[in-house]
Amino acid sequence: MSVSFIVLQLAVPNFLFAKTTKKGNLDIKIAYLMQIQKVRPPLSNLDPIVENKGVFGAELAIEDNNTTGEYTKQTFSLEKFIVPAEGDVAEVFNKNIAKKFAFVVTNLAPDITNKVADLDAAKDILLFDAATVDDALRNKDCRANVLHLLPSRAMRTDALAQYLMKKRWTKWFLVVGATEEDKRYAEAIKRSAKKFNMKIVQEKPWEHTFDARRTAQSDVAVFTQIDEDYDVLVVADEQGQFGEYLDYRTWIPRPVIGTQGLVATSWHRTHEQWGATQIQNRFKEKAGRWMEEQDYGAYLAVRSIGEAATRTKSNELKPIKDYLLSDPFALQGYKGTPLSFRPWDNQLRQPVLLAAPRSLVAVAPIEGFLHPKTELDTLGYDQPETGCQWSKAHE
Amino acid sequence: MNKQVISSVLSLILAASAQAETVFVTLEKDNALALIDPVEGELIKTVEIGQRPRGIVVSPDNKVLYIAVSDDNTVKMIDAETLKEIGTLPSSDDPETFALNPKGDRLYVSNEDDSMVTVIDIAKKKVIKQIKVGVEPEGITVSPDNRWVISASETTNMLHWIDAKTNEIVENTLVDARPRAVTFTADSKFAWATSEMGSTLTIVDANTKQILKRITFEIQGVAKDKVQPVGVVIDKESKLGYVALGPANRVAVVNAQTYEVEKYLLVGQRVWNLAFSPDQKRLYTTNGVSNDISIIDLDSQTVTKSVGVGNFPWGVAVKP
Repeated sequence: MSVSFIVLQLAVPNFLFAKTTKKGNLDIKIAYLMQIQKVRPPLSNLDPIVENKGVFGAELAIEDNNTTGEYTKQTFSLEKFIVPAEGDVAEVFNKNIAKKFAFVVTNLAPDITNKVADLDAAKDILLFDAATVDDALRNKDCRANVLHLLPSRAMRTDALAQYLMKKRWTKWFLVVGATEEDKRYAEAIKRSAKKFNMKIVQEKPWEHTFDARRTAQSDVAVFTQIDEDYDVLVVADEQGQFGEYLDYRTWIPRPVIGTQGLVATSWHRTHEQWGATQIQNRFKEKAGRWMEEQDYGAYLAVRSIGEAATRTKSNELKPIKDYLLSDPFALQGYKGTPLSFRPWDNQLRQPVLLAAPRSLVAVAPIEGFLHPKTELDTLGYDQPETGCQWSKAHE
Repeated sequence: MNKQVISSVLSLILAASAQAETVFVTLEKDNALALIDPVEGELIKTVEIGQRPRGIVVSPDNKVLYIAVSDDNTVKMIDAETLKEIGTLPSSDDPETFALNPKGDRLYVSNEDDSMVTVIDIAKKKVIKQIKVGVEPEGITVSPDNRWVISASETTNMLHWIDAKTNEIVENTLVDARPRAVTFTADSKFAWATSEMGSTLTIVDANTKQILKRITFEIQGVAKDKVQPVGVVIDKESKLGYVALGPANRVAVVNAQTYEVEKYLLVGQRVWNLAFSPDQKRLYTTNGVSNDISIIDLDSQTVTKSVGVGNFPWGVAVKP
């Protein structure tokens, strides 16, 4: 058993790819690097487990890029490398991607993302992180060769805070799950509360069992009896182990927001404005399911490369990266405003959707939150507060 | 008998009061059509029209209104006097915008979901051809000399030049992100295309299909990402063009000779589509968020009035 990884190079059945070696065309080759994550079983059987999140988004974007490419004589192709949960991503990267690709869309855990970014072979490669939400990767652990497509936790919790401020629901009861991710989400909530002058009246770790199906009725009612009054219960449970059971079971009638209830997300099935219906339809037709956030992230990643390659008429790293981080770069992301990268941390600035399971409640930035440059920068870490220093990041 | 008398009296009254023109506005969320008297600045009435009406065009003889009722997947033909439905056209799925040729016998429909342009023979009510274009075609126009049909595809970022005789794409022009609307100058020499996400207006030479000029809009106190050009019209003399700037809540006045932006006129919220009065003394704008239309007096270049019309005004057309 010396084989520690398996590489899947899926056949792409699209007619467009037959033209990959069309003469005179400029080839833009993109790698998609994903590691399968071990996921806990879902809380209930309501929603099917979605596998291959991200892949279909990247494929759809390749098709879109190629429709423009047909006229501009550019051919975009996608090669997929899917590493099993126990596999060695660095090994796959060094063997199959290094020196062969300039652009790599990644769907990896945060630590693995940076591990790949720090490989010698990644120096001349631009990584498009279509999966992580970690604030650390946009601050002290930032990397100059990584662009982040999905909104960070801070952008999400700022979006929620703006909405709650508008509603004047200023007193929050914070419930935090047991995982490291939950703690990071709670940190982001606390930062947003401070930023928008909200009050966290109490913070409590969730310590009950995760088999809440049986005991939720009694557990949650007891758990949520706190001394202070509050307007909303903010839950930090990124894996969805208990958060769904809070709503309607709290001691006093209060809405649930955060990772469950009203959630902040880059994409949601209830989103239909600004042409979103069109891409929702096209995605569903292709994938046979709704578009997930990682699909949207991968879609934006590949579309960014397409937009930059079209405008620069290039397939090379430097001109494309320069263009992506320049002022004229404007990415259409079906959110009613052009998207662009923040040059101080390589985060894609974008509106954040606030969604209930079956209705889109609001889109942040909420009207009235102003910014001298772009209202989108009212979400997340703005330039003056960034902890990302490229010079240090290279050390 | 009685009915006839009443209706002829009614139409007399209508004719008398409609010495000026009638402005028709489709209301996307009300499934209705609003009729406005722009001289009085009043909403005359609102009539039900079908599911999610958007694009609207008046026939060259001013007798027929064509209205895309997107969720009914058809383009309806409405008698412009009686407002009765007189037919439907086979537009294919989810028609949004469309264009009529100058003679008024061909309709070109953008089918956003299918990346197609459907060409319809109006007299026969038949599809002549479906032309494959880029992803999410939206803006569409026919040149006044009937030579070219331009379809703009939002995701492919292209203007597709379709030869009106052969219904084939002959050339393509790459423009800035998310092209929305396109129109020709009266002499058919130049096409003006707006890019909603690119924040620009592109002027293209119809002869070479090359870009002549790319115009950006800078408005004091308005962030660049709020400037989202959509509807565009040019006056008959090709002196001035007008560009609706979406959530910037302004219409830009562009000199069609020098391509300088001369002025920004503050209108309602999320200004969407534009139409001239027949004498080109006024310009009407649909404002999707403030649910009204703005009336602009073009001699003085001032916004004179706004008229509440209903939910989500989208398309606008004018009949003398």
